[in-house]
Amino acid sequence: MLELSNVSAGYGSFQALFDVSLEVRAGEVVAVIGPNGAGKTTLMRVISGLLPVRSGALTMEGRSLTEIAPHRVVETGIAHVPENRRLFPGMTVEENLKIGAFAPEARARFGERLAFVYELFPRMLERRNQLAGTLSGGEQQMCAIGRALMSGPSLLLMDEPSAGLAPVIVHQVFDLVRRIRGEGYTVLIVEQNIQQVLRLADRAYLLEVGAIKMSGSAAEFAESESLRKAYIGI
Amino acid sequence: MGIFDIFLLEAVINGLLLGGVLALLALGLNLVFGVIDVVWICYAELVMAGMYGIYWIHVVWGLPLVLACAIAMVGVAGLGFLVHYLVISPILGSAPINQLLATGGLLFFLQSFATLVFGNDFRNIGLRLPVIEVADMYISFARLLAFGAALAGMIVLYLFLSRTFMGAAIRAVAQDREIMAIMGVNTKKVYLITSAIGGGLAGLAAALLVLQYDVHPAVGLSFGPITFMICVLGGLGNLLGGFVAAFIMSQFITVGGFYFDLEWGYVLAFVFFIMMMIWRPQGILARRR
Repeated sequence: MLELSNVSAGYGSFQALFDVSLEVRAGEVVAVIGPNGAGKTTLMRVISGLLPVRSGALTMEGRSLTEIAPHRVVETGIAHVPENRRLFPGMTVEENLKIGAFAPEARARFGERLAFVYELFPRMLERRNQLAGTLSGGEQQMCAIGRALMSGPSLLLMDEPSAGLAPVIVHQVFDLVRRIRGEGYTVLIVEQNIQQVLRLADRAYLLEVGAIKMSGSAAEFAESESLRKAYIGI
Repeated sequence: MGIFDIFLLEAVINGLLLGGVLALLALGLNLVFGVIDVVWICYAELVMAGMYGIYWIHVVWGLPLVLACAIAMVGVAGLGFLVHYLVISPILGSAPINQLLATGGLLFFLQSFATLVFGNDFRNIGLRLPVIEVADMYISFARLLAFGAALAGMIVLYLFLSRTFMGAAIRAVAQDREIMAIMGVNTKKVYLITSAIGGGLAGLAAALLVLQYDVHPAVGLSFGPITFMICVLGGLGNLLGGFVAAFIMSQFITVGGFYFDLEWGYVLAFVFFIMMMIWRPQGILARRR
């Protein structure tokens, strides 16, 4: 579904990604793990079009993403749940969800998509007229995911969904991701919470200092000695 | 209850009517700043252009006034679009001072252009609307009409911003412009539409002002600075803040002008503004960032 081949990208004179190659197949949950500053968020931004690719190929279902305007990437079926949620704080839950359906195709299906999201997240239905800025951390994450789902994507990009949330809420968020996966969505998830995400993912990549250092099944990752020592401290 | 009270009430009502048009002006300026993060220093000059347009279409070409106003509104909306397309968008990324200078330059350009084409004379569309008498108070019908139209315009804008997808996108861009692309929103298009709306509001204000006042190349100076003060008082970029501040300032102007001389009303308003800036420089309803 999604394929990156030797993608490099950066900010000004600073190069953040070096020859990154990865793929996500339909129906999978793929995790990208790595330390702070590894380039995980940069990777997400490159895929969703917020940051241009300097070299390499980036395709979604065979269509090259580097040739289309950033605001049209969502039309290829990619929805990005940004780091730190990035909800619109002065707008209500429902208005945030509405913006998610801005693209013409999504707008046509707005009613049914909204009903779907409310069914998936009843808490959002309860709080539909509440200002998004006043939601709790876990609810904000739910709203951000819901907003991404409004565009009717096939691939969901999730950037550190557990960031800044209490451990109990983190569990709930990962359960949400499981449910979404159960609904048939493909997920590419970037995370620092390695233990939780490896329990959820099918495959994983290790990103360090802008390059892929390791790739394999989640089970392989979980058993890896070097990984355990470096990141989980066991 | 003596005559004293009824005249005070008259001043309060006139303040309310004045506030309506000032609120409309503040709305246009706040909308553009809130969404695009640029202050159109030349906003009052756009209104002037609209006023001249109405004068020309109605008095010189002889078309009906309402038609002239409608044409002018569309025209100034187009002017707003051009201001963004030609002047603002090339310099969107550069330092704010450059943007201020650019719109400042546009101010002088528009004033000089108007002087060149129309000369320095004061032009009036010659409309004499009645003055209504209500319980010993004299209320100008023109002012009443202006207030009503301003209110109608603001209600239409409110409905647009709160009910439509584009309206929601415009409000969203003001809160977090960076992620708009991932929602499928083309921010450039949003900026152009917002600029056109800002121009349209200026055009509406022009229609309302031309009913009551003469137009001349420097007419922008009569309400431009006050509009800025109102916007800053209410919190620059905050639509509700500007709306509220407009009515507060207009009350100072009319009620202050009632108790002392007319000019003192303005002085009081300015003093109030300065005091508020010392006490609360971010504005009454400071914009949420």
